[in-house]
Amino acid sequence: MADLPDFASTSLISTLPEPVPARRAAGVWRSAWRRFRRDGVGMVSLAVVVAYALLIACTGSGLVARGWQDEVGQPDAPPSFAGGAARAATVAASAAAAASARAEVDISDVDPLAPRYQEWDARAAQYQAQARPVAATLPFGADRLGRDVLSKALKGTQISVSVGVLAAIVATLIGASLGAVAGFFGGHVGDLVEWVYNVLTAVPEILLFFAFAAVFGRGISTLVLILGLTGWTGQYRQVRAEFIKHSRREYVRAAEAIGASAGARMFRHILPNVSHVILVRMSLMVVGFIKAEVILSYLGLGVATDQVSWGTMLAESQSELILGHWWQLAAATIAMAVFVTAFSLMADAWRDALDPRLQK
Amino acid sequence: MLAYLLRRLWQMIPTLLGVVLLVFFLFRKFGVDPAQTLASLNASPREIAQIRQQLGLSEPWWVQLGLFLKGIVTFDWGRSWATHETIAHLMATRLPATLTVAVPILVLDTLIAIPIALGVAYVRGSLTDRAIMVGTTLALSVSFLVYVIVGQYVFGFQLGWFPVQGWSDSTWTNLLVYAPLPVLLAVLVGLSPQTRLYRSFFLDELGQDYVRTARAKGLTEPAVLVRHVLRNALIPILTNVGLALPGILIGSFLIEVYFSIPGIGREVLLAVNRSDYPVIQAVTIYMALLTMLANLVVDLSYRAVDPRVVLR
Repeated sequence: MADLPDFASTSLISTLPEPVPARRAAGVWRSAWRRFRRDGVGMVSLAVVVAYALLIACTGSGLVARGWQDEVGQPDAPPSFAGGAARAATVAASAAAAASARAEVDISDVDPLAPRYQEWDARAAQYQAQARPVAATLPFGADRLGRDVLSKALKGTQISVSVGVLAAIVATLIGASLGAVAGFFGGHVGDLVEWVYNVLTAVPEILLFFAFAAVFGRGISTLVLILGLTGWTGQYRQVRAEFIKHSRREYVRAAEAIGASAGARMFRHILPNVSHVILVRMSLMVVGFIKAEVILSYLGLGVATDQVSWGTMLAESQSELILGHWWQLAAATIAMAVFVTAFSLMADAWRDALDPRLQK
Repeated sequence: MLAYLLRRLWQMIPTLLGVVLLVFFLFRKFGVDPAQTLASLNASPREIAQIRQQLGLSEPWWVQLGLFLKGIVTFDWGRSWATHETIAHLMATRLPATLTVAVPILVLDTLIAIPIALGVAYVRGSLTDRAIMVGTTLALSVSFLVYVIVGQYVFGFQLGWFPVQGWSDSTWTNLLVYAPLPVLLAVLVGLSPQTRLYRSFFLDELGQDYVRTARAKGLTEPAVLVRHVLRNALIPILTNVGLALPGILIGSFLIEVYFSIPGIGREVLLAVNRSDYPVIQAVTIYMALLTMLANLVVDLSYRAVDPRVVLR
């Protein structure tokens, strides 16, 4: 044995190339982003969603639409681009005509209150009254109270989108942790969670919203809680399936063999591998929750009455439309349709980019 | 078959029990005190105590739960707190209106969406297909409410084709005069998601080998589509329709609220606004039961559609 050349120590080593610094393989997220960038529709929708996010940051910090409750225009003032200027002129003309008509007719000899007008005028003069100028026309019109519809739409976007996103986060936290526990442990724990799931899915979602709204009341935080508590089932189902699949994979077995605890295996090993599934499902939930918020707010079970959201705007616009005042309806509908379309298309693009089966 | 049926019914019990527990504790724990709601505003503490006694609220919770369960099993839901109507009577009188709206919605939605989806799936990738897919994406992004608000304004108010809202005692008048507008709008809303879904079902089937075989043996395209593709796609479609059944009832809830149709949906919303718990509890439990039964019927109908399915 001793006369055999020592391959291991000499020849083999010398033929190995110089060790180069290992180039890390592109991670899931990086390669997904590369695929996503090639998707034109996805990029455009991402840009729209980012624009909305900036807008929400501006309204949230009070830079924009802080005074959405101020009555800055005449009630139901039309938008300037749709005959607003013409209406402003007629309003001014009719006001002037009314003023001159009032001046011409003198009824002081038959008016029983005539002797006291001077006294009242004198008393009224003691108070400072400031006539606030109200605009006859606004960029996107005014609502029944003369509030700027554009400001309302901006503020409403902030509320509606925040409710959708926060509720999706709450639902994801509940659904993903329950799904992880049920999928990873199975057995009696899994059965128990599965039972809770069956119970919640047995009741139609909107009825659950109604029941929760009946006992918890209204307001933004309540709404987020209600949507989150009732809407986690889809996320749970998916995460549970993924955890069942992954907990039997070899890398998890290997982690167990080197002594990783159950918690470490669930959250350090499996969770990163299923996080893209969770994220895609979460973005789909956002759209659903936004639509639910609109309907609940319309029914008076959503945001409180001193707040504005797309749902409350639509609720107000119902009676306005009969009078031909379409601008508030249009503003809320456009703001919502653009966001929902962009967000759904973006979620679809992310799903395609993250789906390993589509990798080339 | 009978064993399967019995086992499925047996499996419903824990779920139904869970719904009962959820409803019971949700309202007992977080709801307002029913005695306060029932008593008039200036009721004395003694009167409130009396009402509590009457409702059994001073009993420990397990006794209350027992009473609640007994009421459910004997279908004795008590009376509405707001109108003092028995729940059974309330359900029986409100259900016809709900069905008058909900059944046409379900039937029309399915019957219209299937041919569109089949046609679109057949010309997959063409301009028509892409136009319809873009159209449905846009249609889905607009809230249900906007359809209803604009639809009522345009068809009811501007064009005057339908009465804006209303309801009568005659089923035929309701069906022919008052239901068409709400049904039309609900069908419009439901068409986009259903077309997209059914299109994906048909696409799955169109790629199968049996389609190529059917074409190879010289069947005409309509025969391939109707006799082979449609029949095979019926299983997922049937599932979807079955699962949508309770949802259709709920979907018509909003329609009822909007058009002031005296159905169950409007009653539930009124109950929520009046904290009328017995009504909400009863409707929730009935809907849960209905959902589970609908699932069972769907599973059973698989067998009728596809003899290969074995019920286990």
